[in-house]
Amino acid sequence: MAAYDEMLTADHVRRDHYQRYGAWLDAQDSDVIARRRAEADSLFHRVGITFAVYGEDEGTERLIPFDVVPRVMAADEWRTLEAGLKQRVRALNAFLHDVYHGQEILKAGVIPADVILCNTQYRPEMQDVDVPGGIYAHIAGIDVIRDEAGTFRVLEDNLRVPSGVSYMLENRKVMMRLFPELFVNHRVAPVEHYPDVLLENLRSVAPIGVKEPIVALLTPGAHNSAYFEHAFLAQQMGIELVEGQDLFVRDDSVYMRTTMGPKRVDVIYRRIDDDFLDPLAFRPDSLLGVPGLLAAYRAGRVTIANAIGTGIADDKSIYPYVPDMVRFYLGESPTLQNVDTFILRNPDDLAYTLAHLPELVVKEVHGAGGYGMLIGPTSTRSEIEEFRQRIVANPTNYIAQPTLALSTCPTFVEKGLAPRHIDLRPYVLSGRDITIVPGGLTRVALREGSLVVNSSQGGGTKDTWVLE
Amino acid sequence: MLSRTADHLYWMSRQTERAENLARMLDVHHRHSLLPHTSDEFDRQWTATLSALGQLQAFQERHGAPTNERAFEYLAFDRENPGSIVSCLGAARENARAVRGSITSEMWETLNTTWLETRNAAAHQASDIGAFLEWVRYRAHLSRGVTLGTMLRDDAFQFTRLGTFLEGADGTARMLLARTQPGTPLVDDPTLPDSYAWTLLLRSLSAFEVYRKVYRDAVTPRRVAELLILRDDLPRSLHRCLQELHANLLLVGNQGSAETARRAGAVYSSLRYGRVDDLCANGLDQYLNEFLGTIADLSWRIARDFLLPATAS
Repeated sequence: MAAYDEMLTADHVRRDHYQRYGAWLDAQDSDVIARRRAEADSLFHRVGITFAVYGEDEGTERLIPFDVVPRVMAADEWRTLEAGLKQRVRALNAFLHDVYHGQEILKAGVIPADVILCNTQYRPEMQDVDVPGGIYAHIAGIDVIRDEAGTFRVLEDNLRVPSGVSYMLENRKVMMRLFPELFVNHRVAPVEHYPDVLLENLRSVAPIGVKEPIVALLTPGAHNSAYFEHAFLAQQMGIELVEGQDLFVRDDSVYMRTTMGPKRVDVIYRRIDDDFLDPLAFRPDSLLGVPGLLAAYRAGRVTIANAIGTGIADDKSIYPYVPDMVRFYLGESPTLQNVDTFILRNPDDLAYTLAHLPELVVKEVHGAGGYGMLIGPTSTRSEIEEFRQRIVANPTNYIAQPTLALSTCPTFVEKGLAPRHIDLRPYVLSGRDITIVPGGLTRVALREGSLVVNSSQGGGTKDTWVLE
Repeated sequence: MLSRTADHLYWMSRQTERAENLARMLDVHHRHSLLPHTSDEFDRQWTATLSALGQLQAFQERHGAPTNERAFEYLAFDRENPGSIVSCLGAARENARAVRGSITSEMWETLNTTWLETRNAAAHQASDIGAFLEWVRYRAHLSRGVTLGTMLRDDAFQFTRLGTFLEGADGTARMLLARTQPGTPLVDDPTLPDSYAWTLLLRSLSAFEVYRKVYRDAVTPRRVAELLILRDDLPRSLHRCLQELHANLLLVGNQGSAETARRAGAVYSSLRYGRVDDLCANGLDQYLNEFLGTIADLSWRIARDFLLPATAS
């Protein structure tokens, strides 16, 4: 079945919410568009919105390609998606609290206990630790795609240190600068207030009793590929951007080293993985973390967002059970569906998968970023056979999914306007309330036919419009 | 503010200022090369400049005796030399990048653009050194303007200014030192054989017209020294730089920094109330060397008091 086209129906008629944009686009001179695209490039360069490429020299900061055609969503599409996202993240937080407390979901047999307890992402250090408001995933980036029928489905939950939100904000800024006329005649829901909402969210989960919480953003440093985003968010929120060396722990409290002496920190928005947070508790060779941070955290003297141990809820071996979590914790039926997933520890699923490898995508449960993965339709017979051996040797380590035709959106490529596959990452903020800034980051696979939207593999981004 | 942030801001502005001072220093040589001269005195001048910059030994180890071409290359474009103009501009940009959250986006864009354009500008090096030096100066004007024009007057601003004035005082002193023949008396004699060299120095410091306005008289070594050391109304004078340095030190003061502020204040007072003949009683070169020693001491103390505090535990 063909991919769902965001702009055109099967009869090549523009969908309602693309009418106005399409009419504008028809009226544009191709020179004008080309000029504005070049202008966009130079804007991104000058502002320095780049990401570092690992293993190369200085000066190899790259731009993530930006496409000037926005991805447009109708108000009612967004309302349904938004409700589904909130429901899903509520369930995920309930699950995290349960896993690190009574483990009712394991006792009820909804999820096999060994999937959790034998998982390296399960952090026994967090068992019976109470976190403010019972919130673990304060910032969740939920990757959503549309299947051939146009139904939204969740591809992945990112609950550790989801990134990319700075592109959502900068893309909008650039679009408004390049095409102000479009914003005059469309009612596009604003996203600029994201940093305010994020700060308010972080302050709402400060340790109990702290009246004016001090929030800091903990970055691995200027050489991290997402450093631009860390600096950007800290500046937009007006909080300190700290590295591990700027913090120290004394009497279970965390302090920053400042020119006026030590200053206490109450909430740490960390953009460092669990493993590197505290060399005394996790990887002893980590130079990025803060010795004693876990002890301060367990004593309830500082809030870490996202919490330590959230990785257990976004592991691929847990993903198939998220709809069950919605039913189990909320007593609701899930609004948002997963992508159909075969769990290869189940004999039936395994048998089916082994019989249909050439048409499936098989993923290692702990893999990320496209590693340890088999894409059946584009693999050779010998690659498939080799992967088959690995699956048979350890089926528990794999899940399988049908190859998906992600929806497409018109995109400028060398030959002109052409459909390219896209996904969407909305950012769900949980604190006292759950908030989602309308839209999110749309990523686009720029190579013809490609389904890989990752920026490291030829992906670009688009501005995402939710029409009011 | 974070000590590490203060450190980056301070070095961002020091490196920017240093690039500008280098450009001004090289400009003296560039102007000199356009006048009739013997190559001997030319090479001697380069030795004096490299020596005043504390870079003579490093240069000789790489290139041997200084020649015009090699010295320009080494001090302006050599990326291997951490004390070259392009290296300073790169370092300023790296420091800015590390704290881009603490400076305004316009400041970041200015420093980043300077660095991006340095590659193009440096490509025209041999053909037009004068244009390159002028470009560096104009980028420095822009950096200064965007700092003054956009930055909140908070401690981030004050640490930025500390770096600017510490390096500014250092640069002016070194430029004077490079022109000073050890042991020659400081006199008002316009007929000295190298008086045109003092004129070049004034021009390179954008102070020639100021000199005319202030003295309405011929250029003499004594008056030039007085102008560049003691005038409180000349932006690049030692007096002016120390005044600002002292004032900013008082603004950022913490519990351990009183002695540093006192020492800066003592130097400032000597410039505020001193006379050039007294200060230079043992020769201009000796005074300048002592002054540079004081600057090094202040630099070390600022780092210890604010930028690299020991773990308070």
